[in-house]
Formats: sequence, structure tokens, C-alpha cells
Amino acid sequence: MSKVETTIAARRDAGSGALIGYLPVGFPDLATSIEAAVTIAENGFDVIELGLPYSDPVMDGPVIQEATQTALAAGFRLRDAFTAVREITSRVDAPVLLMTYWNPVLQYGVERFAAELAEAQGAGLITPDLIPDEASNWLAASEATGLDRVFLAAPSSSDERLRTITELSRGFVYTVSTMGITGARAEVDSAARTLVARLREAGATNACVGLGISTADQVAEVLSYADGAIVGSALVRALSDGGLDALASTARDLASGASVQH
Amino acid sequence: MSLREASGPYFGEFGGRFVPESLIATLDELTEAYEEAKADPAFSAELDHLNRTYTGRPSIITEVPRFAEHAGGARIILKREDLNHTGSHKINNVLGQALLTKRVGKTRVIAETGAGQHGVATATAAALLGMDCVIYMGEVDTERQALNVARMRLLGAEVVPVTTGSRTLKDAINEAMRDWVTNVATTNYIFGTVAGPHPFPAMVRDFQKIIGDEARAQVLELTGALPDAVAACVGGGSNAIGIFDAFLDDPDVALYGFEAAGDGVETPRHAATITKGRPGVLHGARSFLLQDEDGQTVESHSISAGLDYPGVGPEHSWLASIGRASYLPVTDAEAMDALRLLSRTEGIIPAIESAHALAGAIRLGKQLGPDAVILVSLSGRGDKDMETAAEYFRLLDERE
Repeated sequence: MSKVETTIAARRDAGSGALIGYLPVGFPDLATSIEAAVTIAENGFDVIELGLPYSDPVMDGPVIQEATQTALAAGFRLRDAFTAVREITSRVDAPVLLMTYWNPVLQYGVERFAAELAEAQGAGLITPDLIPDEASNWLAASEATGLDRVFLAAPSSSDERLRTITELSRGFVYTVSTMGITGARAEVDSAARTLVARLREAGATNACVGLGISTADQVAEVLSYADGAIVGSALVRALSDGGLDALASTARDLASGASVQH
Repeated sequence: MSLREASGPYFGEFGGRFVPESLIATLDELTEAYEEAKADPAFSAELDHLNRTYTGRPSIITEVPRFAEHAGGARIILKREDLNHTGSHKINNVLGQALLTKRVGKTRVIAETGAGQHGVATATAAALLGMDCVIYMGEVDTERQALNVARMRLLGAEVVPVTTGSRTLKDAINEAMRDWVTNVATTNYIFGTVAGPHPFPAMVRDFQKIIGDEARAQVLELTGALPDAVAACVGGGSNAIGIFDAFLDDPDVALYGFEAAGDGVETPRHAATITKGRPGVLHGARSFLLQDEDGQTVESHSISAGLDYPGVGPEHSWLASIGRASYLPVTDAEAMDALRLLSRTEGIIPAIESAHALAGAIRLGKQLGPDAVILVSLSGRGDKDMETAAEYFRLLDERE
């Protein structure tokens, strides 16, 4: 099992599920983004999802768009992501996945990107705009390096596609809770529960739900049927509005929904 | 093998579907619906009827001898897509996709627009067929094409100014994609060019190839031979692929796409994607792309909003890579000179986009000499560009 899989399994065995936190690397600056990732890991998050700023983030809502555009305007470079992964993994146990749109990886060189991420002790990639059908070079590079590859599953995916996505994902399957983009929502779509059940049918052991989760109650609700809950915009907003202290407090609050004892 | 048979998802190493999983089911559905529609004589008949009775097809060709005197004396023939209803070639594709929307039972359409031509065409089709319509337009473009914003609103469409990123066409596409991911159950995305994920590059080309099919027959009838060269402007590249397609298997017909060079390709302010870019993924397809070392999309610049796009359709990237078509840059200044020249010598005011093809034709005429016949896609009329032209040429009396 990969480190992400081991982490999720341990949380499941403890009677809960994994809490996965998204933060963009380089926002508001590189050093603070590293501290931010360490902060959520120290306040109850089990897995870090580090978002790579990209000029055309079609899956992201306004909060994350604004943060990643700020990072780019402040001079974020791809190599900074490896620096961040290396430093975060040296300071906390939580595995670090990079979430990235595909073109930056393609331009860096898929093999080179994978090798440097593995070398920095990164756990793998979440690829929002790369479907398994287009991923042959990433499948090969992740096999060679042992990196996790997290593909997305959507409420609209066919059973056949869910089987392929499950089979080719490693780490977990990113279960898109609703037809839409990232951002806090009043309620987590009931489509998420249905999709997790369908993913189980397709053979998935780790189905983690993301999109629209922003409160401890929502975390608890999702973890009652899924293996992990992914929170993004709520963390980014806390960091953006109140800095590291506010982020720590938001993280602790969210973690209470995952019954994490501290 | 016929080059005309390329049907996606890949054109050589270009194309594909680099989109979120959420969109795959609807892209599959659209692909299937389109394949069925293509094989259905009733669909073709309905589209053909609209083309004849609504758009005003076939569009004519016009030979422009007074203009051609400035182009080495070559014969220059314009394919008059500017005379279509709504003023450009965009309506050809929009009517096809709007009928397809009806066929898949959706009631709301969305579209991106740069110059506003595709937005106006989509708003028009939505009005004609009674569908809800939302148009995403970069804020910068809503300013430089304000009259088209008014036209779309008059037609009943909602126009959403996009304030993210470079606030131009590429960001309008991002925002339309976000809308589509969210509202896919009710909504069809009428994509305006031959870029984007499969099936758009092949489908939009199929709806636009009527330009070349008509023009090939018309030029043959007028001159008794095929043209020596075909010229079109290329942003995403839909009018270009539309006029190229009929000639792809005629190896003696040279195909030229003219890209917007803005201030010049030696400056950072241009939109010459094939000339200066390299392959990458944007908006769902692998194609040439203006990008930095890290794969971040670089902002493009052109006086023409419709060509101000850092990507290009994958079939063009393929045609460039196999050498079947040539892609050359034309600056803002060259395009504006050609715009004024056609206006003054022939009484035809072209869109600034199309003026890039005219500037290219002047260059080609001088190279090819007086025996050459050059077919030019006059993709749109210039009415929408009067404000830009007035400012550029200082056509209005100074006011206090």
C-alpha cells in the first residue's frame, strides 16, 4: 500500500475516515504556504493536497482562483512546488499530494516531473483535467516511481468509466460530490453518497469526497459513508482572511468532524 | 488517405479530451448525437433549409481587381461570409449546434465570445429556436466590442462580462466551461471554434466546411481552375478550416493561415500561436499554445478581438506539422492597412479579423505574380469594428 492508502486505512480502522486538506502552494507566498500546510497537518488533517497554481483553472471556483492567481502574480514557479513538498514532508508525517492541471506537468516533462516529485518525498498527483484515457505517459511514469495517481470520478460517470477510474487510481479515488466546481456549499450534494456506493460496486476501497465541504458537520456526514473528506475553499478563505492563526482554528474545527483527538 | 477524413479525437498527435471527468458523459452524448445527426437526412435537410432561408447561403464570391492591383496583379477572389445573416461565418456553426441542442433535448445554451461575432450568432439562434442563452465575454472585449454586447442583449441573451485572468476570450472559455460543468443537465455549450475537446474540432469544422465546398465550385466555375492559394485568418481557426477543408486533397492548392502578429512576433505582444508557440494542453485539447516555460498560458495581444487567443484548433496544428498548410504572422498595422485598402478600392469594409487574411493575400499576390488566383475567406464584415477603426485612423472630428 502507498503511504496515502496506509494513512486512509488507519483512519478507517479507527472508526472514522481521513481528512484531506487543499491549499495552493505559493499563496500568499511560498514560505507562508509551507507553514500553512504544516499548520493543517498539525491540527488534525491526515493528507495534504497542495494545489499547483495554473493560469486556466477550469475546475476551480472564485476563492481558489483568486488565491492561485495571486500566487502566479507573486512569481510562483513550478520548481517551488518541489521545494514546498520537500520541506512539508520533512516536518510532518502527513503525505503530500500535488493537485495539478495537466499542462504544467506536460511542459516540465512527465517523467522528469514524476522523478523530482518522488525525490522530494511527494506522494503523487491529483489530476483534475487528465482522464485515464489520456494518461498513458503518466500511468507509465507513476508505475516507474511508485507515485499515487488520483483520478476524478463524477456523478455523471458511467459504470464502465468508474471501473476504469477505480482500477487505474492509486491512493484514492477523488469522488466529485456534485456537478460543479470547487467552493463552499450549504449542503453536500446527496449525489456524493450515491457515487461512493457506485464506486464500491466498481471495487474502490478508498473513495474520498470533495467539492462543497466546508464545515465539521459536513465532514462528519461525508465520513459516515466515505473513506475521506476533502476540504479546500474553506481553508483557503481562512488563510486568506485571517492568516495562519485563523487557518489553525478552522482546521481544528473541521477536524472535530473527523473525531480526531488532540 | 484523404486528409478530409480526419474525424478526431486526434489529428496526428493533436486533439484529445483534456477535461474534467464531469464533462466526459456529456461529450460522449454530444459525440453520439452528432454522429447520428450527421447520418440523418432530416437533420441535414433542416440545416440546409436554415442555411438557405435564414443565413442567405450560398454566400457569393466577389473578384476584387482594384484591390488586386496592390497585390502584384494576381486575381483575388473573396468568399463573402460577411454577407451572411449576423455578419460572419459564425452562424454556419451555430445553427448546426443549435439544432443539435434541440435534438438532445436541452433548453439552455451558453457560449464564449471574443469579438462578439460568435456570441451574436449564438444569441440569434437562441432567439430563433426559443432557447435560453448566456454569453461569456471577457471584460476587455465587452469594452472594445460594446455594440455587440448591446446586440446580444437586444436578442434576449444574458451577457456575462468575465473579470478573471486576462479578461479576454481565453477566460471567457474558462468561465463557460465552469458553467457547463455545473449545468450540464440542461445546458449545451455551443463552442465557437475548431478548438476545445473532441467532438468540437471535428464537429465545428463539419458545420463550417460549407464555406470551402461552395467556394471551390464557385471558383472553378468562374476561372475554370482551382485557385493557386487559399488565404484565411486564424484565431481558433474555424473560418480557415472551413475554407481549407474542400482543398485538403488538392495538393496544388497552397493553404495559408494568417495569424495575428499584434505589434510583431519579435515583441511579446502578439497572438501568433503556431508561429511562436509550442504544443501544450489548453481548453481540452493538445495543440500549439502560447505559454511560458512552466506551461502557464501567456496572454495574447491583437487589435482584433476575434484573433486574440493564445491557442489554436488541433487540426491546424496537425496541418502545420505535416506541412499541408502554412501559418504566417500579420501585424496589426498590416491588417489595418488592408482593411482601409479594401474599403477604398472595392467598397467592402471587412472585419479586422478578415483583414489579416487580406493583408496575407497582398503578400502572396506579390510573391506569386499576376497569373496567380488567390481565394480569400472574407469571414466577417467590419461594422462591429468601426469604433476601433475610427480611433486607429482618426476618422472622427476631434471633440472638445
